[in-house]
Amino acid sequence: MPAAIRARGLEKRFKSVHALRGIDLDIEQGEFFALLGPNGAGKTTFISILAGLTRATAGRAEVMGHDVARDYREARRQLGVVPQELVFDPFFTVRESLCFQSGYFGLRRNDAWIDELLLHLGLADKADTNMRRLSGGMKRRVLVAQALVHRPPVIVLDEPTAGVDVELRQSLWAFVRRLNREGHTILLTTHYLEEAEALCERVAMLKEGRVVALDRTADLLGAAGERRLELKLAPARLPASLEGRLVACSGDRYCLALPDYAELESILATLRQADVTVEEMALTQADLEDVFVRVMREAGG
Amino acid sequence: MSGFRMLLHKEILRFWKVMLQTVAAPVLTALLYLLIFSHVLEAHVEVYPGVGYSAFLMPGLIMMSVLQNAFANSSSSLIQSKITGNIVFVLLPPFSHLEFLLAYLLAAMARGLLVGLGVAAVGLLFTDLPLAHPAWLLAYALSASAVFGCIGIFAGIWADKFDHLAGVQNFVIMPLTFLSGVFYSIHSLPPFWQAVSHLNPVFYMIDGFRYGFFGVSDVSPWLGMAIVLPSAALLTLAAWLLLRSGYKLRH
Repeated sequence: MPAAIRARGLEKRFKSVHALRGIDLDIEQGEFFALLGPNGAGKTTFISILAGLTRATAGRAEVMGHDVARDYREARRQLGVVPQELVFDPFFTVRESLCFQSGYFGLRRNDAWIDELLLHLGLADKADTNMRRLSGGMKRRVLVAQALVHRPPVIVLDEPTAGVDVELRQSLWAFVRRLNREGHTILLTTHYLEEAEALCERVAMLKEGRVVALDRTADLLGAAGERRLELKLAPARLPASLEGRLVACSGDRYCLALPDYAELESILATLRQADVTVEEMALTQADLEDVFVRVMREAGG
Repeated sequence: MSGFRMLLHKEILRFWKVMLQTVAAPVLTALLYLLIFSHVLEAHVEVYPGVGYSAFLMPGLIMMSVLQNAFANSSSSLIQSKITGNIVFVLLPPFSHLEFLLAYLLAAMARGLLVGLGVAAVGLLFTDLPLAHPAWLLAYALSASAVFGCIGIFAGIWADKFDHLAGVQNFVIMPLTFLSGVFYSIHSLPPFWQAVSHLNPVFYMIDGFRYGFFGVSDVSPWLGMAIVLPSAALLTLAAWLLLRSGYKLRH
């Protein structure tokens, strides 16, 4: 089974920018994969090369085993791209836009699937509305539908939720999750790291055109360190036996290391015995944002 | 079915939906030229024996409209898509370079020919035209509109903004078409300007097209076709190579 997306030594130089400096990456079929990185890290360039919107300077890329340069027609059939920019053709209605896109891929009589897309993306009552008259969120939904109209096995979403309201974000993710369950491979770029954390099994982080982290989301979070227990105590005094756990303290607020949930009981018992009351308590854990910040700092540059 | 037919269909629908600007407006412009120039010159100018000035003017006006609108269609479609960004919708599908080229080219020719037919239909209300060699008419209309459709593709791909395109329109297309003998026979020009006119490919398009109506022209229609047809073929090839290179579109 070929990888859904495979890159080997992929490089891209623009006139003054070295956008990709040798990307090696395999995304397996059926994965929900996040490509993260600050602006200018090369995420969109990587996607553009996959989609044939720009050409690599060196190295190669494949979609479902088809080289994106040599075998570009087959590679493009396998790929659906939701572009980052909110683009639309003002001459046409929603349904016309979808019919054209469908026809471009050689599919006629695709109305049943188009209707299904319209329904799932909440566009059914806008089918005959001109693209110009749609709100930004609605245009975004049409872009998603256009990318899916030829039922591509590999779907790329380039920052699909930038500037999108909560309701659409949730319905969009529900729909994309369903597609993933049905076997579609999803490649996502986003600045909302909590989305990537919630959705994606694996994550690659890019910085200045290089992959600086690549792992399962759970492992990245696990390696990122321990849980913390934040307490507000009255009186503001920590029993001596707990001082070994102290990570930080300011005034009556204490932050303790909590490697294992099972230790929570004994900590609370110790406090009770010392006649210290817990006024507020919170558990915190490193999230993908912490990991991201640390990886970006450690990657230097 | 390949995506080609859908792209062609879309490109034709694009100008069809705004016909008032893309077809009716150029027909009206040509009609104004016809009415004004023939009003001023009808009594004074007889280029070919027995052919009134307004009849003489018609083929040139038709051809000029064909050329300008073939150019306008492919160039404006591409630049609009580039500037609004919706060009991705035609860059993402698996078109071959030839399919992409032919869809834009044939749509450009279709608009050129449609406007040409419109100008002819309206013009015939005001003046009579013989029809000496319809096959030449068709051959010239097709090959000349292909030349300008291709130029429109070059301009549309090259231009980064509407100003660039307006520059090509004003400094290349307009002079080439206006100085090609639309409004006069180049035999009426001084020898130097006659020689210069022979370097203008549009001259042969107008002249050969006129031959199709009157059976008379300044140069042989065969000579004209020997220039126009290879030009169309070479430009089509060049446009194909440009698309294949990814110039500006897949930078």
